[in-house]
Amino acid sequence: MSHALTPSQTIGPFYWGTIVNAYHADLAPTGVAGERIEVVLKLHDVDGAVVPDGVFEIWQANSHGRYNHPEDRRNLPLDAGFEGYGRAGTFTDGTSRFTTVKPGRVPWPAGGLQAPHINVSIFARGVLNRLATRLYFDGDPALAEDPVLKLVEPGRRDTLIAKRDGNGTWLLPIHLGGPNETVFFDV
Amino acid sequence: MKEETYRRATAGDHPTNLSPDYKSTVGRSPRKSAVVLPHSLSEITGPSLANERLDASENDLTKQRMAEPLGERIIVQGRVLDQDGKPVSGALVEIWQCNAAGRYHHPGDQHDAPLDPNFYGGGRARADADGRYKFVTIKPGAYPWKNHHNAWRPAHIHFSLFGPAFATRLITQMYFPNDPLLAFDPIYKSVPAGARERLQAAFDMDLTQPEWALGYRFDIVLRGRNATPME
Repeated sequence: MSHALTPSQTIGPFYWGTIVNAYHADLAPTGVAGERIEVVLKLHDVDGAVVPDGVFEIWQANSHGRYNHPEDRRNLPLDAGFEGYGRAGTFTDGTSRFTTVKPGRVPWPAGGLQAPHINVSIFARGVLNRLATRLYFDGDPALAEDPVLKLVEPGRRDTLIAKRDGNGTWLLPIHLGGPNETVFFDV
Repeated sequence: MKEETYRRATAGDHPTNLSPDYKSTVGRSPRKSAVVLPHSLSEITGPSLANERLDASENDLTKQRMAEPLGERIIVQGRVLDQDGKPVSGALVEIWQCNAAGRYHHPGDQHDAPLDPNFYGGGRARADADGRYKFVTIKPGAYPWKNHHNAWRPAHIHFSLFGPAFATRLITQMYFPNDPLLAFDPIYKSVPAGARERLQAAFDMDLTQPEWALGYRFDIVLRGRNATPME
């Protein structure tokens, strides 16, 4: 028998502290293998104004390209202390900052590998369904062959590609709408 | 690897992102269609949060402070299932809510109603092997918001669930049965009729404990897997 799905609702503006503060935005404690990176996501509304009451969540593979999950049965190392999940509310300037490691490449069902990416969920007041997108890394040679980017019209691919600032931090603006609307995925 | 590990929601299960009666959606909803992703490891894996240690008081919001909060004590219990009725065992369930007077313990909530020093309003529980979870709390109050003239949110408890995968992530709200404010609430009504009723908990006399608390049952259904093809 099929059970009917529970519908989604907005996170609202008053999400309780436990749902944000309980999880560190630092995913990679000392000793976790890989290139340590800082990622800053910045949330904008359709007019470009920053969204100070949103929540970002990230989910990613470790530096070897392995997800810490029973569904990933490949013979690649798991790193103690690295689950690959982070959550942070946005500050008054619309940003959330994560410290993590650059993920390795993970396979594509039809064959080949995907370019390194971080899976991103967005929640906010006024957002009725979880919005899912991806963060890719500018300049990565694997971008050109990434099967997901190929599903996106070329003119919009840039909305998924983080760029490095002068300090080496990876920055990705997320636009809920407007002329620079981010590509969101039906996952 | 199958390309469709998890079943997709059908039209009518979820709200439309742009639901103009809920005014905040106008400035915060994508206008372009989402790109449908085949399911790779990125979508069919997700955080288990199995290492999160939950304190004993985390699922009892009436026992988190020095004294008991004011309000009508309630039990909210249910199961986390997938569309096949299979329990999502070990699922982390997070909730948050306002107090009995209709005020959140949150600096952004400036509603002229008292804070209760004995109520924070946040809780977590882990579903057991049968997917069963349980919270003890107080019934949240209704509160006004500025969406439209004389707008009031029906009493509700926010729920956050992960399920087994990135694809199954869900944040929702639980409402109380027969609340007259539901008919006027654009957030509740953003879900198509026929589906929105699933967000109402059921009063349950079997869960109700004599001399102590009313019981409400709220089952949560996350996306199920597609049938495994013959190999």
